[in-house]
Amino acid sequence: MFAATETLAPLAGGWFLDNAWLAPVVPIVGFALIVLFGKRLPKKGSEIGVASLVASLVLASGAAWQWIQRVNSAGEEQFVSPVVRTWTWWQSGGVQFTIGQHVDGLTVIVLFFVAFISTLVQVYSLEYLRGDRRYTHFFAALTLFSAGMLAMVVAEDMILVLLGWEIMGLCSFILIGHWWEDGANSRAALKAFFTVRTGDVGLLVGIATLFFAANDWTTTNLGLSGFSIRGVSAWALSGEPDSTVILVAAVALFVACIGKSGQFPLHTWLPDAMAGPTPVSSLLHSSTMVVAGVFLVARLYPVFFAGLDILGPSANVIMIIAAITIVIAAALAFVQNDIKRVLAYSTVSQLGYMMLGLGSGAWLPAVFHIFTHAFFKACLFLCAGSISHSASHHSFDMKKDMGGLRKHMPVTFAAWTVSTLALCGVFPFSGFFSKDEIIDNVGGNGYTFFMVVGLCGAFLTAAYMTRATYLTFFGEARGAAAGEHDAHDAHDAHAGPHESGVLITAPVAILAVLAIFAGLFNATPFGESWEYLKKWVEPRAVVVAETRAGGPGESFVIAVPSAQEGQAKSPCGTETPKEGVCFAPAVNHAEFKWSKALLSLAIVFAGIAASWVLSAAYYGRRDPRLVGLTQRNGLARAGYRLLANKYYLDDLYERGVVNGISGPVARGAYWFNQRVLDGILHAVARAARAVAQVVYRDIDQRIVDGAVNASADATKTAGAAVQPVQSGRVGQYGALLFATAAVTALVFVILNT
Amino acid sequence: MLTSQFLLLGAVLFCIGVYGVIARKNAVLVLMSIEIILNSVNINLLAFALRNGSADGHTFALYIIAVAAAEVGVGLAMVLMVYRNRRSIALDDLSEMRG
Repeated sequence: MFAATETLAPLAGGWFLDNAWLAPVVPIVGFALIVLFGKRLPKKGSEIGVASLVASLVLASGAAWQWIQRVNSAGEEQFVSPVVRTWTWWQSGGVQFTIGQHVDGLTVIVLFFVAFISTLVQVYSLEYLRGDRRYTHFFAALTLFSAGMLAMVVAEDMILVLLGWEIMGLCSFILIGHWWEDGANSRAALKAFFTVRTGDVGLLVGIATLFFAANDWTTTNLGLSGFSIRGVSAWALSGEPDSTVILVAAVALFVACIGKSGQFPLHTWLPDAMAGPTPVSSLLHSSTMVVAGVFLVARLYPVFFAGLDILGPSANVIMIIAAITIVIAAALAFVQNDIKRVLAYSTVSQLGYMMLGLGSGAWLPAVFHIFTHAFFKACLFLCAGSISHSASHHSFDMKKDMGGLRKHMPVTFAAWTVSTLALCGVFPFSGFFSKDEIIDNVGGNGYTFFMVVGLCGAFLTAAYMTRATYLTFFGEARGAAAGEHDAHDAHDAHAGPHESGVLITAPVAILAVLAIFAGLFNATPFGESWEYLKKWVEPRAVVVAETRAGGPGESFVIAVPSAQEGQAKSPCGTETPKEGVCFAPAVNHAEFKWSKALLSLAIVFAGIAASWVLSAAYYGRRDPRLVGLTQRNGLARAGYRLLANKYYLDDLYERGVVNGISGPVARGAYWFNQRVLDGILHAVARAARAVAQVVYRDIDQRIVDGAVNASADATKTAGAAVQPVQSGRVGQYGALLFATAAVTALVFVILNT
Repeated sequence: MLTSQFLLLGAVLFCIGVYGVIARKNAVLVLMSIEIILNSVNINLLAFALRNGSADGHTFALYIIAVAAAEVGVGLAMVLMVYRNRRSIALDDLSEMRG
């Protein structure tokens, strides 16, 4: 049907690509095994958790490798079709719900780093949670948590996305509240759960909107259901959808991402989620859970692209929310004393960068930033855990219990430094390549204001991370780090700050190495040939002609129309594609210039230097000009109080939303309960009692019991009457027998005549 | 008619058997009476087989003879056991099953 079909190259496949769906299935099976048999095993179930994630990692690596082969086997302008397999899950009213896998570049890269970091975190947990009272349950939940993310990543349709999304929500609740005996922890778990649930409503609304809007189009044109990610993507770029409908769907889905990915104004649950064990924080903040929201935007990018007019002349909601998030979260990180809270706000801020990238058309840099951020943020959290485990008596307070730790913990210190530099975006660490590319592309697409916001964020990031590093590793040792013991805590294992065991340092070291080198996967500064992710991960924005070869959604024959000549730019995303469909919008890539990179590097170094000087003066020398500034200066005091109270957002939610809803509703419910429900209940009870008495007296006693007694009496009387016949004499029995036979015979004779 | 004479013989034998079962006290005699009853039935079966010209009755009669042999074996064994335990085979004494 298309002239250019002969340019098609057959795409390479493979076992790992066809069976990528096993990557989430193996940990789910592992979870079930841990729950069923974990406690009886020698290592209390942790070996199953680690083994299942290692298996997932092998599957994910194999899939990634074969995906690269697949991309390499494709032609220059050829669309690399995802490896899709579907199975019918259930049918209802003519609507077929399928379950299946959709493996493309985005899938394999996320699969890989989720499995990788999950494996390392599990190994780390072996040591970190040794002797914990719910060790087995912890590993079960951690395994299911990873499985949820993996399931969402391989999902072919929105139903499975929703399923993985909710599994993660549930597991984060379980894991944040792992030590629920402490009231604060269970409150944090509830807060995380409910805040995320608030956003989840958006996901349901978004999925439903997309299904009802797109189902007809996708069924007719592609033979796919309106839940299919491919179908919805093609529909969004077909020029068909009504702009209002797709706007509603995109905004609803983005609300879900705001909740899950901790964007303003629903970011408040993320810092409180630090109540969970540190490995959980590490996993939750780097590769699963919070990344899920960003992943959803990246996965359904065509919907957001068309719905929110990304690359359009004005700023869209994603960019605005992301810009606010970057700045406010970075500012909050300055007033935290808890090392994990600093990292939590840093995560929020970095998620803002990813969203900013996605919102401004920088799809690949945003995905790349997810990738690099996962490594260095996981590493930073594991370092924080290592410090609290071995140096500060399970305290995370930088001001009270840390300081001067660089001499005691060389591996942790080195890993922390490397990851911090990566986070700040210092060349040549991984963060530089991804973050700078986001900022660069935001500017390149014409959003100068947001580029400036990104640069401010980079300055703030460098500054608060320097402060945290100074407080933790430099200066003089304080509290537990100086060897001070609480009376109840003075046991031998914690004689003083020391380096952690190999099960902790090995994952930290591996992640630190990746924090250095992960940036080389898409090192734009080194030229085109280094842009591996651009080649492997970014979907090609070409018009795809499809003919349905098998049943609905079964197989595709994909051709590239040759009518690309005279068209400088792919029409995908900008105009209605002719004679085919698009699966990805065409986005721009800013050209790398060292001048811009040097500017942002200068800003980062300025942030580090300023923060170092101030930290040394304030925390090290106790400079009288700085100490107590927040008491003396009105402006500084107001600023500090605003930050210390987290912009009063928690108060707003607690007093305004929760109490506002729960107060009147609770009172109303109480009144309703007392008056109406209890009244009905009492009336029913009284009526039931009266009826029961009548039934007992008249029916049960007289009729039922009467019948039973009467039949018993009759039986007794009859028994007494017939008893003499049982004389025990055989002759009599024989006489009776023959008499009966004779009488019967007589009756027969009479009847027959 | 020959058949009616056979039937009459059967009926007479049956009555003798019944009388024996009811009136005799000796267990062995009661067993013998039962055998007489069985043989009266055999005669009846053979008489009807003769009249209908079919072999069914003969087959039945043969079966009854075989079963009766087994029955007598069991019955005599029981009588023997009763005699060993009680030194008597008077049936009127065996009335422990009285209700």
